[in-house]
Amino acid sequence: MIAALLRRDLAQFFPFTGIGAALPVVFFVAVAMLFPFAVGPDANILAKTGGGVVWIAALLAAILPLEKLVARDIELGFFDQLKLRGMAEEAMMAVRLVAHWLSFGPPLVLATFPAAALLKIEGETLQILLLGLLVGTPGLAAIGLMIAALTASLRAGAALSGLLLIPLALPILIFGAGALARQDQVSLGFVAAISLALVALAPFAAGAAIRAAREN
Amino acid sequence: MQAPSPSLAADNLACRRGDRLLFRRLSFRLEAGAACHVTGANGAGKTTLIRALAGLTTPYAGKVEREGALGLLDERTGLDPDLPLGKALAFWERVDGCTSPDGALATLGLQPLLEVPVRFLSTGQKKRAALAALLNRAVPIWLLDEPLSGLDADTIAKATALIRLHIGGGGIALIASHQALDVPGMTSFAIEDFAPSPAEEEA
Repeated sequence: MIAALLRRDLAQFFPFTGIGAALPVVFFVAVAMLFPFAVGPDANILAKTGGGVVWIAALLAAILPLEKLVARDIELGFFDQLKLRGMAEEAMMAVRLVAHWLSFGPPLVLATFPAAALLKIEGETLQILLLGLLVGTPGLAAIGLMIAALTASLRAGAALSGLLLIPLALPILIFGAGALARQDQVSLGFVAAISLALVALAPFAAGAAIRAAREN
Repeated sequence: MQAPSPSLAADNLACRRGDRLLFRRLSFRLEAGAACHVTGANGAGKTTLIRALAGLTTPYAGKVEREGALGLLDERTGLDPDLPLGKALAFWERVDGCTSPDGALATLGLQPLLEVPVRFLSTGQKKRAALAALLNRAVPIWLLDEPLSGLDADTIAKATALIRLHIGGGGIALIASHQALDVPGMTSFAIEDFAPSPAEEEA
């Protein structure tokens, strides 16, 4: 049952299939493209600030898929039907987290190559940036899933989720972008630890949230 | 191994929606081969009762006892609106481990619709698809919330026949509907009979 659900969720959310629009990735590259236009093409300034811009773009891109991540399947009665088949909400949300990350994290890491080229980020900085995004995006996906589940039954849920994600994602941003400024990979350990804790927590928080959403 | 005979029972059940108590002291017991028709006006609490019986919500008081797997048919089909009907149903067939879905599709006349995306289906067509998914689950207990709304006369007859067949085969069906149903031996109760009196609501 888990495998069938994962396949379905991936088909739903992966870029260019189902409802999974490529919008977050396109948005991510678009921000990287706009930045040199705004601050000028000075390679020094770009290389110094570019990493931070990529992180901010990643964080904002993480907001885009949240609207449809959970609310739509609640409306469809999809989770109800899975529940009747004996699946726990936590399991549904764990699968959803994996599908959400796979359709958002790796495409973003790949899109970092063109973004980095536009921002003149190269060498070790690029390496730290890629590594940071790879370990940071699961955390962003986990925060996103929790927020999407919590706001699913609210009318202004979509607008609210953007506001909620930004402060919660701050630790990941601080350590992820901080690693770039100091050129050290130790901070990335912190990013990985935060991500891991969030990933472990998210299915339970999100599962409880969709259970609670049924009661009203 | 013989599976235990299915049953569905409510014991002193009470449910609320928001702050309002919809019904209380509702008790019944359905054994294998029983059908029960729940009637009531819109908003009287039929759907709330069904969702509590399904275990999707926690009742305000009392408890639900159930032996056997349960299938729910309601307004929300759980079928992906963007997928063609055949693929949307195929997901649930995989989940349920159903290997021969064609019988149900043929019975409900769904074969010509398999290529049509679910969002283009009419209310009645969606209901037929949900019925097919329910049939393919092969569960003993059916909870049907307004199964006949949106169906044409022909399909109403078919759906009724399916319910008769289900209880004839030792299944249980609880049907919430404001439409009359022609199922022999079916019991029925009105949910309004269990609504709290005005005096109780004051308290």
